[in-house]
Amino acid sequence: MVNSRDPKSTIAAVQHPTVGEAGKTGTWRTFRPVIDENKCILVTSPKARCHTCWMFCPEGNISKTRPPRVNYDYCKGCGICAQSCPHDAIAMRKEEDEP
Amino acid sequence: MITRPDDLPEEELLLSGTRSCAGCSMSLMYRTAIKALGKNTIITVPASCLTVLHGLYHKQSVLVNVIHTTFETTAASASGIVAALEALGLDEKITVVGFAGDGGTSDIGIQGLSGAAERNTNFIYACYDNEMYSNTGTQRSGQTPYMAYTTTTPHGKLEHKKNIPMIMLAHNIPYIATTCASYPLDVFNKFTRAKQFKGTRYIHVLAPCPPGWGYPTHESIEIGKLAVRTGIFPLYEIIDGKMFLSKESEPYLDPRKRLPVADYLKKQGRFKHITQQHIDTYQEYVNGQWDFISKML
Ligand SMILES: Cc1ncc(C[n+]2csc(CCOP(=O)(O)OP(=O)(O)O)c2C)c(N)n1
Ligand code: SF4
Ligand code: SF4
Ligand code: SF4
Repeated sequence: MVNSRDPKSTIAAVQHPTVGEAGKTGTWRTFRPVIDENKCILVTSPKARCHTCWMFCPEGNISKTRPPRVNYDYCKGCGICAQSCPHDAIAMRKEEDEP
Repeated sequence: MITRPDDLPEEELLLSGTRSCAGCSMSLMYRTAIKALGKNTIITVPASCLTVLHGLYHKQSVLVNVIHTTFETTAASASGIVAALEALGLDEKITVVGFAGDGGTSDIGIQGLSGAAERNTNFIYACYDNEMYSNTGTQRSGQTPYMAYTTTTPHGKLEHKKNIPMIMLAHNIPYIATTCASYPLDVFNKFTRAKQFKGTRYIHVLAPCPPGWGYPTHESIEIGKLAVRTGIFPLYEIIDGKMFLSKESEPYLDPRKRLPVADYLKKQGRFKHITQQHIDTYQEYVNGQWDFISKML
């Protein structure tokens, strides 16, 4: 029973945090970002700092790891990461051309 | 203050796979802003693209508390949340934020915002400015700039942008800042600083919108940076009435350092009909804006 005088028993519409609220948004992609680990500064010089691609992805679809990895389930293929990599280590490849 | 990308907190409070468009800079600035605000935050959001980003009932795409409110009630809703937290003795622990689009802020929501700011109600009001009503298919707002195409300004808007930060300044609130989604470190630092003040704090974030502005998705960051480098969108803070130019905008106090406004306008479909005369008018407006800023510093 809901007792309207007791705030703890008030019923409200509650939404639950969910990854992929809009489904697998990776299916929206035409081009996919591919990180060339031989060019990524985090791989080529073990002491370097970067993670610029991680910072700029509008949804955090790149991990803050060494080397960074793209979450292709949700990456929408916008190309911002490729554009912002200071070492030109990310290429945008047409989806069909990828295995 | 943080200065490098990897200084940003690793924890993601915005979850992957939201409903916002590919390349949406509003999504980027929101992801960054909530990293600064942290989990102990209640955000109230009016009808806008940001509502859509949060998702459809019964799912939501963020790990912070969010209340969806009606289009005109961002500041009224935030004021109510503040009153409730004060009554419960939780106001020191929880940050309240009203997060609205430019239409929700400068048009339909301005009376509630002005009332709350006059009372100096204790919350942060953030306006993400994509310079149009993007969510309903790009109609003109008070923030749409001169000559921009929207569905309700088919030959370009005849008026200049409304200067909301200066309207907020007239309310004598403790903290006002402008920032841009293209500078996540600046967005993070300004939201972090805003948290340290009590009373009404206002942050205006320029957020380029690929489908609304007419440019390819990968150019979102570059377009926002051009808005700053042409001097069209100056980044600053106003603390207790005193203006401080942010380092990203400092060089452009000198008119010779500013890129010509055409460099920015010509990259966007919404300005593709403009003539040299319009460009000259735009440039004069930007120069005048900086004359005003230099008097405030
Ligand atoms: C009272 C009222 N009028 C109109 C609408 C329809 N509406 C929903 S979102 C929106 C536009 C929001 O524009 P803005 O605040 O600039 O945010 P953006 O969509 O650009 O993110 C409108 C007109 C509404 N929800 N409520
Ligand atoms: S920036 Fe765009 S292309 Fe790169 S990982 Fe993120 S969503 Fe994908
Ligand atoms: S931006 Fe480029 S160099 Fe930097 S971490 Fe990402 S892929 Fe590596
Ligand atoms: S219409 Fe613009 S602001 Fe709205 S979700 Fe799409 S890119 Fe973002």
